[in-house]
Amino acid sequence: MLTALHKHLLNDFQRDFPLSSRPYLDIANALGVSEGEVLSALTELNDKHFISRIGPIIPPNQLGVSTLVAMAIPEQQLQTVADMISAYPEVNHNYEREHCFNLWFVVIATDSRHLQAVLDAIEQETGYKAMSMPLLDDFFIDLGFKLDLHHA
Amino acid sequence: MVALDEIDLAIMRATQAGLPLTPQPYQNIAGQLGLTAEVVMTRMAAMQEKGVIRRIGAVPNHYKLGYRFNGMTVWNVPDEVIDELGQKVGQLEFVSHCYHRPRHLPEWPYNLFAMVHGKSQTDVDKQIQQIADLLGDFNLGSDVLYSTKILKKTGFRSRGYNINPPSYSYSAI
Repeated sequence: MLTALHKHLLNDFQRDFPLSSRPYLDIANALGVSEGEVLSALTELNDKHFISRIGPIIPPNQLGVSTLVAMAIPEQQLQTVADMISAYPEVNHNYEREHCFNLWFVVIATDSRHLQAVLDAIEQETGYKAMSMPLLDDFFIDLGFKLDLHHA
Repeated sequence: MVALDEIDLAIMRATQAGLPLTPQPYQNIAGQLGLTAEVVMTRMAAMQEKGVIRRIGAVPNHYKLGYRFNGMTVWNVPDEVIDELGQKVGQLEFVSHCYHRPRHLPEWPYNLFAMVHGKSQTDVDKQIQQIADLLGDFNLGSDVLYSTKILKKTGFRSRGYNINPPSYSYSAI
């Protein structure tokens, strides 16, 4: 069960987290509670995995280059191929999706040559085509995501 | 790409798992790196200014908070209007990421990707309809892909000098 404090912390501080020597104290002052209460509420949210972290969010391609890759893998081979792909340190966000393109993941590399080398290696190792869809434009103005926590 | 020096990269690495939940988190990070809290904060502010950091804040776990229905919607819209339409779709409050990506014809005709999130299938269906209404006649075809299994999702890792962006991408969910 989330308290009013939890809900404020979840919704009001997805951006503009204070860059100050006592950020949790600043938040506490803004919400009219103590620094200890803010820290214990955040620790609780963290322990229960309601937040994955508090920290800087980096937009795509600011550090390194990345692409979204889709592959169409026969059902009976999916797990084997997925494991091969997940083993690459450059691979993140590997998801199975309901579609003939059933394996989707992100490859992040230091530069475009490194990226291409990883894609080539994946195709060679798995024997399946890796359809690469690098980002051409980002239309998202990321201000955080407004959570409806009425029944949370 | 913006050029960052070793100190910037070290700060990014040290903060990607999250700021410590202690009274003076920047002081703790600075201590690990042999810097002062002032330097850490100044560098982070500068990186935010340059756009290397998009925002600093809490990253909620939508799934845990009841958003169990997460769809990757994909649309085929004419290239001439994708900028204008993409901006509109990206502003919808239930869309968490909205990107222009290349088509791969003939098997993949879609060039606009938008992640949507809802607490029920009905919610998500309504959201998809809202995007379809917004695109109108420019919607030349669409599909929705739901994830059935998370096979790998790690936050930050670093290889050599490089740092991998964390959950920036379309499926932070």
